[in-house]
Amino acid sequence: MTNSWTDIKNTDLVVVMGGNAAEAHPCGFKWVTEAKAKRGAKLIVVDPRYTRTASVSDFYAPIRPGSDIAFLMGVIRWCMENDKVQWEYVLNYTNAAFLVKDEFGWSDGLFTGYDEEKRDYDKASWDYKIGEDGYVLTDPTLQDPRCVWNLLRDHVDVYTPEMVERVCGTPQDKFLTICQMIGECSTPTKTMTSMYALGWTQHSKGAQNIRGMAMLQLILGNIGVRGGGMNALRGHSNIQGLTDIGLMSNLIPGYLNIPTEKEADWQTYLSTRSFKPLRPNQMSYWQNYPKFMVSFMKAMWGDTATAENDWAYHYLPKLDVPAYDAMRMFELMTHGKVNLYFCQGFNPLLSFPNRGKMTEAFSKLKMLVIMDPLTTETSHFWQNHGIYNDVDTAAIQTEVLELPTTCFAEDEGALVNSGRWLQWHWAGATPPGQAKHDTWIMAQIWTRVRKLYQDEGGVFPDPILNLTWDYADPGNPMPDELAKEMNGKALATVYDPADPTKVLAEAGQQLAGFAQYRDDGSTMGGCWIYAGSWTEKGNMMARRDNSDPDETGAYLNWAFAWPANRRILYNRASCDVQGKPWDPSRKLIEWTGEKWEGYDVPDIAPTAKPTEVGPFIMNPEGVSRLFSRGMMRDGPFPTHMEPFEAPIANVFNPRMRGNPVARVFESDAETFAAVGDPDFPFVATSYRLTEHFHYWTKHNPVNAALQPEFFVEISEELAAERGIERGGRVRVWSKRGQVWAKAVVTKRIRPMTCDGKIVHVVGIPLHWGFMGAARNGFGPNSLSPAVGDANVETPEFKAFMVNIEPAAEEPVA
Amino acid sequence: MNIDLSRRGFLRLAGAGVAATSLGAMGFGGAEAAEQAHVRAFKLATTTETRNTCPYCSVACGIIMYSKGDVKAGETAELIHIEGDADHPTNRGTLCPKGAALKDFVHAPTRLTTPRYRAAGASEFQEITWEEALDKIARALKDDRDANFIQANEAGVPVNRWTTTGFLAASATTNETAWLTYKTVRSMGIVGFDNQARV
Ligand code: SF4
Repeated sequence: MTNSWTDIKNTDLVVVMGGNAAEAHPCGFKWVTEAKAKRGAKLIVVDPRYTRTASVSDFYAPIRPGSDIAFLMGVIRWCMENDKVQWEYVLNYTNAAFLVKDEFGWSDGLFTGYDEEKRDYDKASWDYKIGEDGYVLTDPTLQDPRCVWNLLRDHVDVYTPEMVERVCGTPQDKFLTICQMIGECSTPTKTMTSMYALGWTQHSKGAQNIRGMAMLQLILGNIGVRGGGMNALRGHSNIQGLTDIGLMSNLIPGYLNIPTEKEADWQTYLSTRSFKPLRPNQMSYWQNYPKFMVSFMKAMWGDTATAENDWAYHYLPKLDVPAYDAMRMFELMTHGKVNLYFCQGFNPLLSFPNRGKMTEAFSKLKMLVIMDPLTTETSHFWQNHGIYNDVDTAAIQTEVLELPTTCFAEDEGALVNSGRWLQWHWAGATPPGQAKHDTWIMAQIWTRVRKLYQDEGGVFPDPILNLTWDYADPGNPMPDELAKEMNGKALATVYDPADPTKVLAEAGQQLAGFAQYRDDGSTMGGCWIYAGSWTEKGNMMARRDNSDPDETGAYLNWAFAWPANRRILYNRASCDVQGKPWDPSRKLIEWTGEKWEGYDVPDIAPTAKPTEVGPFIMNPEGVSRLFSRGMMRDGPFPTHMEPFEAPIANVFNPRMRGNPVARVFESDAETFAAVGDPDFPFVATSYRLTEHFHYWTKHNPVNAALQPEFFVEISEELAAERGIERGGRVRVWSKRGQVWAKAVVTKRIRPMTCDGKIVHVVGIPLHWGFMGAARNGFGPNSLSPAVGDANVETPEFKAFMVNIEPAAEEPVA
Repeated sequence: MNIDLSRRGFLRLAGAGVAATSLGAMGFGGAEAAEQAHVRAFKLATTTETRNTCPYCSVACGIIMYSKGDVKAGETAELIHIEGDADHPTNRGTLCPKGAALKDFVHAPTRLTTPRYRAAGASEFQEITWEEALDKIARALKDDRDANFIQANEAGVPVNRWTTTGFLAASATTNETAWLTYKTVRSMGIVGFDNQARV
């Protein structure tokens, strides 16, 4: 989230698209209710189903799964055409006036530079025109046809209300009502917030869905303000934290990158990360990259990382592919190229697409290690459970180790909520039986491996033998020791660069913030964005002062928010160019004539002059991007792409399948149903229920009793067409697998018409398996295709094709 | 503000206060002490109270856990009740159907309590000691790393990566677990590294 749960009360309009907060985030959704009750805010829901959120909305419109970009570009077109634009914001805080290279363009739904063989773009033309002074050329009058604003206008021109209806199935009148409601938020004193979740991310173009809304929010001037923002609701309790800390193939904590093979040495690695400002006076804060990176290397390898050896740069692995993400690893497993696999609190047998492929992948491992508080389907993938896990046990040669871990109640440490708050929690129960903390397990494994290398030698033991491990008990590091390491400390005296006689931190002291990070080896810190979370003053994440001066919703003294305890990102943009709040009644910060101050930690240098320094300090432009240059693989503007399995062809280019640059493994391509395949005529989409949390709560007898049984949801029309009884048993199948379920026949899903064709939707909730207290069932992953988003490889769970028929009732056991 | 005054302390005070004022108001005066002596204490007043957050969705509602026994004092502690934390700015004491049933998640019948091992081709798990399990894992890691670690690519560039072992990290573990996991996995050169944020 750019903002926070408690900030939602400040909004005038909530758009829930790609999520269902009332169902999946009930206590956070309370803040929407608060805004409606106290501010008269309105709620719009756009969703294939009339969801629980829709039931309390002011306006609802249906949309075909996987067509959100067309809808969003349609809204942008309408706002541009009807002058619903926050002009001062757009002109000064976005790259609308920046000029783009003449070679850039698009046709047939594709941008310039497409290579069909490689399924990739040559992105050279997707960039700005640079002047002789090294800065981007701009035209603040927006007259130049090559400025971003005019290119955007041309790009969205095709997304007329008629086109939106044709592609999305959303009736034009409903679409236009929503445009008008959204358009009202272009005034500086009205804000809209976007609340989204997996309904936008789980698509082969998920990242572009979100960019589409982010662009709309910029055009309305709603980023950086109270009650505005792009608010990813997020799923699990620490999904934010695990991403912050970089537990991904290609990440280093704090959104730094693991090098690729092309970056053979430290200088080459840094050369593409200089982040030279693209406009005069801009902060371009990523220029501090070397400080964050060197401090990370010092946190990892201490005295072994020196300036002479490039901070032990060769200890880091170098990637030959963009990432060894989970789906690539499962593909490699099916080819017998992976021997050992660890699942720490994760149930991939039910969480990743094409379950049949998952079973095949795990069957080819030598050893699978599970660490979990619960016994999971993944740890039993080899065990036969009839139709629910129909495997040949004896033939599966994988050894499995199942290790019992603690759960939250027995554990101490911080979790990061959607609003980036790091909240500390304490243990209040003894672990059951022999269950152990994950930290103990990881330390026990690692110290044993280190001992083997010490005793036996082996291949390149250096990064293991030299890893910093100075915990009081090396076999059981404590949460406070680890949290302090992430915050960072001074290794030598750290001086103020503005006044070299002034000491900021003595050697051994915790750093107060990332501004104290250095690139000369005098500081260490595991995760720069967490700097300030555990300082000399103690554990900032454990703060429990819930006062909120003037009830802005900021709660600055409650826990700690990254970065720098800032509660609303880009909050400099809540003021006009002169530094005065757009909306005085919703002041966040302001320029006093000398410095920035207010209710939140300013997202700008405290004394940066408002007329000189732009508000988007992380970008070398100093402004936000309506045109994202070559930063995303599938285009500098979002463009309509169909799901890989779709009922209709792409209206711009019938030859185009799915996202034209998404990675597709050959074996998976064979499992996709053809466009309009009569054997798989219905669109399926997955969703969650309020009584359950993923595959965990089915282990809880209370939740299992509340929602005991797997079902699928269909419209009355589809039920009639297929002769399906209300509550009857049905079989649902895709080109990859089949499931049996109860049919829930509702008015919440209605057929729609897209490109002249009736489209039925089958809703498939995600909560059942073959372990725990609930009845045995299936997950949507038995049916969904193994293909991910082109930028981030999040699987396409929200739009794929299935068939459905009545099935014989299950024999009563 | 309610930083220092614990919920348990608050209940005790409130309980005593109600008893004292109502009796006093009704003019029983001297009966107060006798009355208080036999009023049963609130059940939760004998418990240890711990602040935590709901481990499910990332609204991260504040919760208060009540246990018999104090973990901090080194005692065995049994969780007997969980409720929403009224001091928490986000949820202000509310919980959804998931958070409201959290205690029964902690006590779920299918929680793991002992390390188990499934041999190749076997149809059941068997119990194994922690020592055996950890030694087995460390041995497997070392052997696979030594056999398959790639030190340089074809062009001779040092790449120091290990692709035949992978690690899928969780989404509800603490930051501190995540950091220790990061150090462990990265120092070995594992690149098949991912977490639940992917899905
Ligand atoms: S109680 Fe419900 S809304 Fe609150 S964090 Fe838990 S799952 Fe989310």
